[in-house]
Amino acid sequence: MPLPTDAANAADRYPALGLIPKAADPQTAKHFTSDQEVRWCPGCGDYAILAAVKSFLPELGLARENICFVSGIGCSSRFPYYLNTYGMHSIHGRAPAIATGLATSRTDLSVWVVTGDGDALSIGGNHLIHALRRNVNLKILLFNNRIYGLTKGQYSPTSEVGKVTKSTPMGSLDAPFNPLSLAIGAGATFVARTIDSDRKHLQSVLRAAAVHHGTALVEIYQNCNIFNDGAFQLLKDPATRDTALIRLEHGRPVLFGADGSHGVFRDAATGGLFTAPVTDANSADVIVHDAHAGSPATAFALNLFADRVGNGVARVHQTPIGVLRSVRRPVFDTQMSDQLDAARAQDGPGDLAAVLAGTDAWTVGEDGRP
Amino acid sequence: MTAHTEQVLRLDRVVIRFAGDSGDGIQLTGDRFTTATAEFGNDLSTLPNFPAEIRAPAGTLPGVSSFQLHFADHDVLTPGDEPDVLVAMNPAALKANLPDISRGAEIIVNTDEFTKRAMARVGYSADPLQDGSLEAYSVHPVALTTLTVEALAGSGLARKDAERAKNMFALGLLSWMYHRPTLGTERFLLAKFAKTPELAAANIAALKAGWNYGETTEDFAVSYEIAPATTAFAAGRYRNISGNLALSLGLLAASQQSGLPLFLGSYPITPASDILHELSRHKNFGVRTFQAEDEIAAIGAALGAAFGGALGATTTSGPGVALKSETIGLAVSLELPLLIIGIQRGGPSTGLPTKTEQADLLQAMYGRNGESPVPVLAPATAAECFTAALDATRIALTYRTPVFLLSDGYLANGSEPWRIPGTAELPVLRPDFATEANRPDGGFWPYQRDPETLARPWAVPGTPGLEHRVGGIEKQDGTGNISYDPANHERMVRIRQAKIDGVAVPDLAVDDPTGNARLLVLGWGSTYGPIAAGVRQVRSTGGRVAQAHLRHLNPFPANLGHVLAGYERVLVPELNLGQLAHLIRAKYLVDARSLTQVSGLPFTARQLTDVLTVQLEALHAPAH
Repeated sequence: MPLPTDAANAADRYPALGLIPKAADPQTAKHFTSDQEVRWCPGCGDYAILAAVKSFLPELGLARENICFVSGIGCSSRFPYYLNTYGMHSIHGRAPAIATGLATSRTDLSVWVVTGDGDALSIGGNHLIHALRRNVNLKILLFNNRIYGLTKGQYSPTSEVGKVTKSTPMGSLDAPFNPLSLAIGAGATFVARTIDSDRKHLQSVLRAAAVHHGTALVEIYQNCNIFNDGAFQLLKDPATRDTALIRLEHGRPVLFGADGSHGVFRDAATGGLFTAPVTDANSADVIVHDAHAGSPATAFALNLFADRVGNGVARVHQTPIGVLRSVRRPVFDTQMSDQLDAARAQDGPGDLAAVLAGTDAWTVGEDGRP
Repeated sequence: MTAHTEQVLRLDRVVIRFAGDSGDGIQLTGDRFTTATAEFGNDLSTLPNFPAEIRAPAGTLPGVSSFQLHFADHDVLTPGDEPDVLVAMNPAALKANLPDISRGAEIIVNTDEFTKRAMARVGYSADPLQDGSLEAYSVHPVALTTLTVEALAGSGLARKDAERAKNMFALGLLSWMYHRPTLGTERFLLAKFAKTPELAAANIAALKAGWNYGETTEDFAVSYEIAPATTAFAAGRYRNISGNLALSLGLLAASQQSGLPLFLGSYPITPASDILHELSRHKNFGVRTFQAEDEIAAIGAALGAAFGGALGATTTSGPGVALKSETIGLAVSLELPLLIIGIQRGGPSTGLPTKTEQADLLQAMYGRNGESPVPVLAPATAAECFTAALDATRIALTYRTPVFLLSDGYLANGSEPWRIPGTAELPVLRPDFATEANRPDGGFWPYQRDPETLARPWAVPGTPGLEHRVGGIEKQDGTGNISYDPANHERMVRIRQAKIDGVAVPDLAVDDPTGNARLLVLGWGSTYGPIAAGVRQVRSTGGRVAQAHLRHLNPFPANLGHVLAGYERVLVPELNLGQLAHLIRAKYLVDARSLTQVSGLPFTARQLTDVLTVQLEALHAPAH
């Protein structure tokens, strides 16, 4: 869902942006750059994401003062300091809850949450799933590096089983979450995945998320070159990425490999999906990606390719990227505003004196008697 | 309906307790009697007391629910120590409440429930109505269930449904005994059962049958008149109000007076949930109520809304406060207005959800990491919860700070008459949003402070040119940029403390009519009523005692040290193990004495009278 080239009109065309004031003049990445020195480790994937976000935001044509970034705790959560918008660096795991209050009370804001795999899925897992089920108008960017960076290298809820870290010298025992499976299970209306190093793809996913009305969860595979370097190398290495990445595009057959040599097929017996080389005989059976499908079943099944469990270890493998799911559902903050409007229409604007008086009041006269 | 009875006795005060199974409609019965009593013009105070279980096993001691009402022809300070009348709907209610009843009191029992099995269930080996064990009381055996069912014989209701109206029969009987009007209850029932008119008719019929029973049966030869409390009330318009309702209306008024939309983030918890329920009914005031996934999200959403320029509030009780602590610390660091309303209950842990306690004072004061000062207020009465909400909002907005408002289960559910303020009497509250740059170069510093209040500017998203970032990491004084500089942290910690220390609170008023008392009794929060009643009693027999009551616990009133120094002895009654006493001993080096109770119940006036008497005797005893 690319934005129209006439970006100034984007806000008018999409309900997610419709209530947000527009920028008077065209903006550039520079307008969105704060005066703060960026303090991530040299080589961190966060730099690429920050650059991609800063150069993409001007496209939305929104008034900068109506954009808010809210984050939790972790390396990625320093993000708001580096953007010249309103921002809050909050506490560990709670950004979706704080952003829910902000977005619910201010439908004229574009509210973004920046979080990491530990922040969103471990300490803040509860808030994430509830934001998704409510479908608050939030854009959640989940930087997944499969490690705790800021606390210096413990395993995270997305680390593969057996991960050897400072806190797991004999290998971790926890089975990991796949964030997008979790999101689909929680009823998310927009679910996408992208990679820090592929700016073009990253920005295309951000655009789609920005114009989605409701909660959008974007998982960004992000390399932590200090504590988990190369976690996504398979998806980045020119020698392997064509077979490892399944690029999803709505309405297109799900093909991958060099020149689309492989495809995704449905197993008629089980309803599950499998991958196979495409031949003349089976090419018509390659499934066509439908991001707007009513049922989340196929999106969920596609996402299972991302973490194939072999020998008990979930590894990066044939990972779908792009928009897995984008559907419409009533939006929480809009509905709450509608309830307020309905109450005013039904009962009139609040009359404080009448509410204070209640229905069982009595008058005491100068003689002290009712 | 009018009473036609031979004998009418005039009383100056009565304490009635209704008691029965938690499914018997006891709270509703008490509420209706209270409303009628308020409309009649008596002063009153109520004490609902119910189990945490919604429908505990019927007929058991843990399942007993009660509602006590004290009403008088003069001003009333407490719900009363000992009931003069007990209405016991079953053996469990009799057994559970008898220890509180003074000898000579009237006991009305529903004899239908006194079956062998029901009595055995609560440990009665013999029928207490027959075995003489109640000889010290004036017992009225009434077959409440049978009489109700008979009265509804023509109603077409099944027996089981007809039986459910027995609480209205009891209410009718008590209304006859005390000359209470019943028209209001009839209107109430018509509205409550608007969709099932047959139930409305049945309940009204039961109510009238109860009244008529009192009038005709010889067992109730006497009825009582308690004249309106003509000296208790200044002229004005009144309603009966509970603490939780008063607090809800106070928040609504604070929103209107400040022009800020109210955002309440809350997670259901006893005894705070009624505030969420009440405010969710006022969406036409622009109130947004958000039932969050947990306590942390509830305050998080409220803080997010405050960042966006709303009047953010969260309501909870002790265990919920514990979960919110980290976010309160964030609000301290962000220096944003936020109301944290704690309706205290018995603790620790889950404790006693439906019983009252004041043991969260130190939690509110200190229950956070780091130096994290927060203003703390505590209303003294149910009605005062209204003004406390407005005052808490004033402090939050003026000083850009989270504010703790501590109520408790006793204030929350108890009720009393409240003079309804005119909207012109309400304070004007100013959010004073920042709208312009505050630096000579046209820049904006989010932590550039007001020199008087030390408050920082509140610039809300949507304000062009004031884009800024805030966070929980220590920030540089002025710019708000991240700073780990030792001298800066030292400075910021001290500034945040100085800001709260400088919050303007009124001086503590002392009630010392003779001006030469040597004993001061100092209370806070809901102990006001019992303390004032005890003080009044002691004074009536010539005892000289001064009373003062703290509404502001952080900061303390500026004159508190001076007040404390003026008395030889200071007694601090509180429903904990001495938390306020601990604070004032530490701050003022005063040898305060504690009177503590943690039974889940408020003090009685008699307890205070006795303790004050002992203290006075000790003070005035000749030295050896």
